Amino acid sequence: MEVSENGKGSSLRFAFGNVLSFFILLLIGVLAFSIRLFSVIKYESVIHEFDPYFNYRVTQFLTKKGIYEFWNWFDDRTWYPLGRVIGGTVYPGLTLTAGSIWWLLNSLNIPLTVETVCVFTAPIFSANAAWATYLLTKEVKGTGAGLAAAALLSMVPSYISRSVAGSYDNEAVAIFALIFTFYLYVKTLNTGSLFYATLNALSYFYMVCSWGGYTFIINLIPMHVLLCIVTGRYSARLYIAYAPLIVLGTLLASLVPVVGFNAVMTSEHFASFLVFIIIHVVAFVYYIKGLLSPKMFKVAVALVLSVGMVVCCAMVAVLVALVASSPTMGWSGRSLSLLDPTYASKYIPIIASVSEHQPPTWPSYFMDINVLAFLVPAGIIACFLPLSDASSFVVLYIVTSVYFSGVMVRLMLVLAPAACILSGIALSEAFDVLTRSVKFQLPGVSGNSQSGAGDTTSTIAVTQSEVVKTEKQPPTDKTEDTVKERTSRKNKKKEKEKEKEHVEKASLKSQMQKRLLVLPLEASIISILLLVLLGAFYVVHCVWAAAEAYSAPSIVLTSYSHDGLHVFDDFREAYAWLSHNTEVDDKVASWWDYGYQTTAMANRTVIVDNNTWNNTHIATVGTAMSSPEKAAWEIFNSLDVKYVLVVFGGLVGYPSDDINKFLWMVRIGGGVFPHIKEPDYLRDGQYRIDSQATSTMLNCLMYKLSYYRFVETDGKGFDKVRGTEIGKKYFKLNYFEEVFTTHHWMVRIYKLKPPKNRIKGKAKKSKSSSKGSMTTSLKRSARRKRNPWH
Amino acid sequence: MAKFLFFITFVSLLPLFGSSFSSENPTDRRILVLLDDFAIKSSHSIFFKTLQTRGFELDFKLADDPKLTLQRYGQYLYDGLIIFSPTIERFGGSLDLAAVLDFVDSGHDLIVAADASASDLIRDIATECGVEFDEDPTAVVIDHTSYAVSETEGDHTLIAGDDFIQSDVILGRKIIETPVLFQGVGHTLNPANNLVLKVLSASPSAYSANPKSKLSTPPSLTGSTISLVSVVQARNNARVLISGSLSLFSNRFLRSGVQKAGSSIKFEKSGNELFVTELSKWIFHERGHLKAVNVRHHKVGESDEPAIYRINDDLEYSVEVYEWSGSSWEPYTADDVQVQFYMMSPYVLKTLSTDGKGRYFTTFKVPDVYGVFQFKVEYQRLGYTSLSLSKQIPVRPFKHNEYERFITTAFPYYGASFSTMAGFFIFTMVYLYNK
Repeated sequence: MEVSENGKGSSLRFAFGNVLSFFILLLIGVLAFSIRLFSVIKYESVIHEFDPYFNYRVTQFLTKKGIYEFWNWFDDRTWYPLGRVIGGTVYPGLTLTAGSIWWLLNSLNIPLTVETVCVFTAPIFSANAAWATYLLTKEVKGTGAGLAAAALLSMVPSYISRSVAGSYDNEAVAIFALIFTFYLYVKTLNTGSLFYATLNALSYFYMVCSWGGYTFIINLIPMHVLLCIVTGRYSARLYIAYAPLIVLGTLLASLVPVVGFNAVMTSEHFASFLVFIIIHVVAFVYYIKGLLSPKMFKVAVALVLSVGMVVCCAMVAVLVALVASSPTMGWSGRSLSLLDPTYASKYIPIIASVSEHQPPTWPSYFMDINVLAFLVPAGIIACFLPLSDASSFVVLYIVTSVYFSGVMVRLMLVLAPAACILSGIALSEAFDVLTRSVKFQLPGVSGNSQSGAGDTTSTIAVTQSEVVKTEKQPPTDKTEDTVKERTSRKNKKKEKEKEKEHVEKASLKSQMQKRLLVLPLEASIISILLLVLLGAFYVVHCVWAAAEAYSAPSIVLTSYSHDGLHVFDDFREAYAWLSHNTEVDDKVASWWDYGYQTTAMANRTVIVDNNTWNNTHIATVGTAMSSPEKAAWEIFNSLDVKYVLVVFGGLVGYPSDDINKFLWMVRIGGGVFPHIKEPDYLRDGQYRIDSQATSTMLNCLMYKLSYYRFVETDGKGFDKVRGTEIGKKYFKLNYFEEVFTTHHWMVRIYKLKPPKNRIKGKAKKSKSSSKGSMTTSLKRSARRKRNPWH
Repeated sequence: MAKFLFFITFVSLLPLFGSSFSSENPTDRRILVLLDDFAIKSSHSIFFKTLQTRGFELDFKLADDPKLTLQRYGQYLYDGLIIFSPTIERFGGSLDLAAVLDFVDSGHDLIVAADASASDLIRDIATECGVEFDEDPTAVVIDHTSYAVSETEGDHTLIAGDDFIQSDVILGRKIIETPVLFQGVGHTLNPANNLVLKVLSASPSAYSANPKSKLSTPPSLTGSTISLVSVVQARNNARVLISGSLSLFSNRFLRSGVQKAGSSIKFEKSGNELFVTELSKWIFHERGHLKAVNVRHHKVGESDEPAIYRINDDLEYSVEVYEWSGSSWEPYTADDVQVQFYMMSPYVLKTLSTDGKGRYFTTFKVPDVYGVFQFKVEYQRLGYTSLSLSKQIPVRPFKHNEYERFITTAFPYYGASFSTMAGFFIFTMVYLYNK
C-alpha cells in the first residue's frame, strides 16, 4: 500500500526493495524451517510426545481409507469399551493438511512415507507462519517492521517448542492460520475489500478446522470491533471486515463436525453475535445520521434510545436467564478455566493435572520469548504513534494474549506471535530513528553540529523525537516508509546499510526539516550496535533453545554423564514388546498419558487416552491404580483388561513417571468414586513413598506395580526421583504378574492373573502341615520367606 | 487395514481343548490308580471293574512306587487319577502335592478317598480343592439316628446316607433309592466356594468325633453341614471327587445289604454301587459335559458376519450347544440358554430358542448406543460344564450420509432459507438496476 508513485528514481528503489524483501522472506522461511530440524539431526525422524502420535495415526487412517471413511471413523481401539467417534471429535485441519501434502507428493511420484510428511509438516508451516507475520505486520507498520517481525517469529522459542520437526500437533498449523486470519482481517480493515473479507472467512474456517483455539479469534475480533466503535472509529471498512466474517465464518465453522452447533450455542461465540448486533445498530445509526438533520437526529436518538433500551434490557435478561440455566453458564471447562484461573484447580482436576495447563513461571517468559519481553512495551508505544485501526488491533492482541499466557503456560504460544509483531515494530522504529540520525549527520558536519546542539543524549529525547517524527510522518511522504523498511533489516544484513545510504541521498533534501529531531551520532551508533547485540543474543538464545531445550522427542530420552551419552529408548521398547507379544485384541490399561502412544505404536486397545473426553472412565482407571491389588484386579477385569502398563522413573531418575502423577490419579478417581480419599495417601499433608508413607499408599496398586522387585536392583530400593528409599521393599503380587520390564525399568508391563482354577479351603493347612509333614507346598512357602521372588 | 477383526474366546473351554483331552472326545481313557497296597485292588475290584467295562484303562500303582510319574516330556500319561491311598504321607517318584494340583489345573480329573486315618498329604490335596476335613485326625462321622443297622451293635460310625444332591446330571436319571453306606471322616465346605458341591450330606444328627473317647468338648463339625462325599468342578472344568471314606467304594459295601436305623425296610443291596458308578461317570466326563460351537451372528436377511454393526441394526445370533454322552456328541436341549449383548452391563438379554438339534438362536435389535459390545453366553448349570463364550463386536453410530435427508419438521427452515435467497436476489436486482 505504500507503493505510491513518488516519481523520479524511487520506483527503481521500490523494485529493488521488493526483490530484496522477497529474498529476505525466502531466507526467513528457510531459517524457520531449518532451525526446527535439530530434533531430526540430534535424534531421528520420529513423531514426538503424545498427541502427535494420535494425529499421526489419524493421518495414516486418512491416507489409507480416504476422507469419507475418516469422517465416519468410529475407533474401537480406544476408550474401550465405549469407543470414540474420531471423525466427529477431532479437529481435522492438521490431518487434512498433512494428508493433502502426502497425496500431492505421491501424485507427483515423490514417495514419502506418511510419517515423514507428518514430521515435517510443522516446520513447513512455521515458515508459512513467518510469512503471515510479515504480511500482518506490514499491514500494521510497514514492510520494515514486517520483515523484523517475521525474522523474530521464525525463531521464537515458544513457537519452536510446538513446531520442531516431529511435533505433529494442531498448534503447528493453527498458529499459521491464526496469524493469517488476523492478517486478512487487518487487510480487510485497511482496504475495505469484500474479497479479503471472504478470504478472511475461509481462513477462519481453516483455523476452526485446525485448533480449538479458534475461539480466541472469534472473541478477539469482536473485541476489536467494539473497541473501534467505542472510540468512534466506525467505518464502512470495519463493517465489511466484520459482518461477512461472522456470517460466513459461523456457517463454515458449523460445518466442522467437532464444532457443529457449538458455533451458535456455546457462550464462547456469544460475544461475536452481540457485537454483530451492535455493529448493525451502529451502522444504522450512522445511516440515519447521514439522512437527517442534526436536530432531527437528536430527536430520533432520544426516541430510539428509550425504546431500544427497553428491548435491549429484555433481550439481555432472556439471554442471561438462558445462559444461567446451564450449570457451567454455557462455557466449556477449558474456557472457564481461562476466565477464572482458579476454576480448573477447584472443579476439574483433569484439566488442572496437565502440566501445560498450569500458570507459567516468570523464567518461562524469558525462556520462551526472551528479549521480546522487553521490546514489547516499546512496540506498544510505537503502535500508539499514531493509533490506526490495525495497530489498535495488534495492541489488543498482545494485551489479551499476555493475560491468557499468564493463565496457562500452553497459551504462551498465542502470545509469541503478538510479541514478535510488536517487537518487530519496536525494532523497526528504533532502527528507523537511529539510522536516520546517523544518515543526517554523516554527510555534512553542519547537520551534525546542528542536531548535536539540539538535544543531548537522553532517553526522554529519544521518545520525544520518536513522537514528533511519527506524528509528522503521514504528511511528509511515502518514501519515508521505504526507508524504514530497509533500516529494520540491519540486524540481519549490514552491507545493505551502505547501499541504502546512497539511495537515501536523493530524498535527503525533502527531509532536511527533520534534522532537528535526530539524535547525536555517537549515541545513535552505540544504540544501533546495542540493538544488533540484543538481536544477536536473541538469535543465540533461540538456537540454543531449538537445539537443546525443545528438540527432545520425549519418547527417546538422553542424558549425559561422566561416561558419555546415555539413550533411554524404553518407551518404544515397551510398545514394541506389546505389539509383538500380545494378542491383537488385548486391552492395555495405563494412565491416560500413554493412551495415544499405545494405540499408535503398539496397536493395542486402550481404556483411556489423552483425549480426556470421559472423566468417569479416567476416574475408573485412577481408582484402580489407587486401590489395593484385589479391588484393582476386579476393576480391570470388569473392563476386560489384560495388561497394565506403568511408567517408573525411580531407577534412572526420570521425573515425570506415574508415581509423581499418582496424586492426580487419586484426585481424579476420588472426584467420581468418593471412597478414594486424598488424605489417605498423604502423611501429614506430605506425599511420600518412604517408610513414613501411609499404609494405603504402600498397598495401592500403583505403588506395588512401580516398586515390585525394585529392591533387587541395588539392594536398598533407593528411588532416584524421590531421593529416598522406598517404604515397602519386599512384597509379592497376588493378582498381577510381571511380564515385561524395559532395560532402564522405565516402563513395566504386568498381566492380570486369571482367576484361580480352584478355590482353596480355609488355611487350616498351616496348622496341619506344621505338624512336621514335609509337603512341598510347605517347602515352597518356606523358600518364599527367604527370597520372595522365586 | 484389517482392524475390525474379532476373535472367539472360549474362556473356559480353551484349557480343555489345549491339554487334557480332545474336544471331540472328552471322556478320560487312561487312569492311574494309586493304592496303599495291592489288597485294595481286590477289595475294591467291583468298582474298578465297572470302570474297565466302560472302557477305561486302569494302571494300578503303589502310592510310594519310586517310579511314579504323571507326565513324561511335558505330556500327561494319564487322563485321570484315583488316589485310594488315604494313609500315604509322601508319594513316590516325582509325584507330590504340586504335581497332583498341576494335573487338576491342566484339566484332568481326580478321585480322592480319605479315611479315618487320612494323612496330611491327602488332607492337603482336599484343602487345595476347597474341601476341609475334620482337623482332628482321629475323628470320624458318627450318627446315632441314621446309622446302618448291623449284626453287632457298634458305635454308629457306619452311616446309611440318603441325603443326595438333587441333580440328574451328577447322579444320573435313575434315582438312588437305597441308602449309601459310609464309614469315614467328614468334611465341610466353604459356603462361599461355588465350585464345590456336596453330593452326599450327613443327616442333621451326625457329628464328627472320636468314637473311642468321651466327648469332652462339643464336636467342631455337626449336622448336615458335614459333607460325606463332595465333588469339585474347577474353573477349567476339571472334576474332582473327594470322599471321606475309602470303603464307600469297597466290594464289601457295594455288596452288603443295608437297613437304616429306625426304618423297617431292609434293602438287599446298598446304593453304593449305583452311587459310585454314576458319580464316576460324571467325574470322568461321561455326562454333563457341554460344548458350544459355531457362534454366528449376522444382520437379518444377510448371511455374512459383519466386522461392525451400526446402531439399531437387526441381527441374528446363533450358537450350537452339544452334550457329550460318553461316546458321541448329542444335541443339548434346554430352554434357559441366554445371550447378552454386553458393554460393561448387558444392554440386551435374550433367551435363546432352540430347534432341538443343538442350535440356539435369536434375533434382536442393536441398542441405540455405540461402543464395543460383546455377545456373551454365560451358561452355568448345576453339574454341567460352565459355558462362557464372548465374542467382541463394535457398534458404530450412523455415518454422515445415513441420516434422513429431508425431515418434515425442517420444512419451515428450508422455506426460510430459500425465501431469503430469493428475497436477496430480488433486492440485489432492484438495488442495482432501479436507479
